[in-house]
Amino acid sequence: MSTETTKDESFENSHVLDPAATADSQETISEEITSIHEAYRQEVIAGKQAETQPRINFAPYRSSLLRHPTKNLHHVDPETIELHSPAFGQRDVHALESDLTIQHNGEPIGERIVVAGRVLDGDGRPVAGQLVEIWQANAAGRYIHKRDQHPAPIDPNFTGVGRAITGPNGEYSFTTIKPAPYPWKNHHNAWRPAHIHFSLFGTDFTQRMITQMYFPGDPLFSLDPIYQAITDQDARDRLVATYDHSITSHEWATGYNWDIVLTGSNRTWMEDEEGDH
Amino acid sequence: MAQAPKLKLAPTPGQTIGPFYGYALPFEKDNKLVNQANPNSVRLHGVITDGKGEVIPDSLLEIWQADENGNVVSRDGSLVRDGYTFTGWGRTAVDNVGHYTFTTVNPGATEEGKAPFIMLTVFARGLLNRLFTRIYLPENTAALAADPLLSSLTEEQRKTLIATREDDGALRFDIRLQGENETVFLSYPRES
Repeated sequence: MSTETTKDESFENSHVLDPAATADSQETISEEITSIHEAYRQEVIAGKQAETQPRINFAPYRSSLLRHPTKNLHHVDPETIELHSPAFGQRDVHALESDLTIQHNGEPIGERIVVAGRVLDGDGRPVAGQLVEIWQANAAGRYIHKRDQHPAPIDPNFTGVGRAITGPNGEYSFTTIKPAPYPWKNHHNAWRPAHIHFSLFGTDFTQRMITQMYFPGDPLFSLDPIYQAITDQDARDRLVATYDHSITSHEWATGYNWDIVLTGSNRTWMEDEEGDH
Repeated sequence: MAQAPKLKLAPTPGQTIGPFYGYALPFEKDNKLVNQANPNSVRLHGVITDGKGEVIPDSLLEIWQADENGNVVSRDGSLVRDGYTFTGWGRTAVDNVGHYTFTTVNPGATEEGKAPFIMLTVFARGLLNRLFTRIYLPENTAALAADPLLSSLTEEQRKTLIATREDDGALRFDIRLQGENETVFLSYPRES
């Protein structure tokens, strides 16, 4: 490891934050994305099963180049510990942690929104009593983070961090501020679509996931190599919340619905199978 | 083993953790599954590196494991640790030189004769979806030899999943996302 790289990674200036950052144009990045998507489309026409997850090797996202395994993931049958998940509860998360607009003395600036939905497993069963964590930029596209040097204002009344424990039907609800897009260093004039990061647990630890929720109609979707690392349009659509007027409340906040589906639990069917013998 | 049943719903795609999770995910004593003063406490540590062998300081790791007797616990209190309750789960943001440490206990075998391991999940900026792997304890060579996963790997791959026991009792486990001695990462049934 070169000392130069160490310095760059810890230096608190986003202009030199990412050694993989390039001066490539948006056109170059977009052409690379189009070419990968077209190759995928041909594979699907030829009968390949639709992809549901992002490619972890996705060159248009430059930071992924050296940070993905080159070998195929090794398929394994889960063992006992992998068939269970840690437990979280009221002791871990206070009910007020799901309201990101009341963490300081004043009201945060921006468009107040409620994001609500359910966490389900791949069989459609609610994931109840599990931890959901979110984090996001503020209404100006700025994160509270020492490495975020984007010259947009910090909001002293908004940290952008929330937690919740899902209800008996897997339901969650966060009150927050609509985040703004922000620039990053992947290529020249690179902007991330507005998003909220979500961290999720299931009933099996193999269902653990972190993802990003986006807002409908974002004009930056087609330009963003992180979002477009998901090659399948239907799969990409699953990360986009729906405006939901039934979640919108009178003279208070607009509402978005977003349901999250984890992979399938292996515990139930494997236990059933053991019971057969 | 029978065929895993098909999923009824398409799973939501993952995305990278990104660089800005610092105010959201780390919490006090997140990497201390047990108190350091616990006589059975074990240090689990190592570094995480990329395809050029350079460290990945902006990654976040989680472990999930059985207790010393091989019991899978289901106890809340991971996020607000009382120093007494073993919850089996921990999280840590890797430091500026790519190094991580957990304070935990050696997991017991969950079934007799099974090789004990700690489940590890890797998140990082630049990594578009989480990765899973296993950290096997090095001691029980008979159980390791009989382990179905380890038996299906080459000697070189196998080594990437077995921790080294250091003189002070610590477990050393390095994570290589890419390149020479690339860590074996896992997929499970019912992911799509």
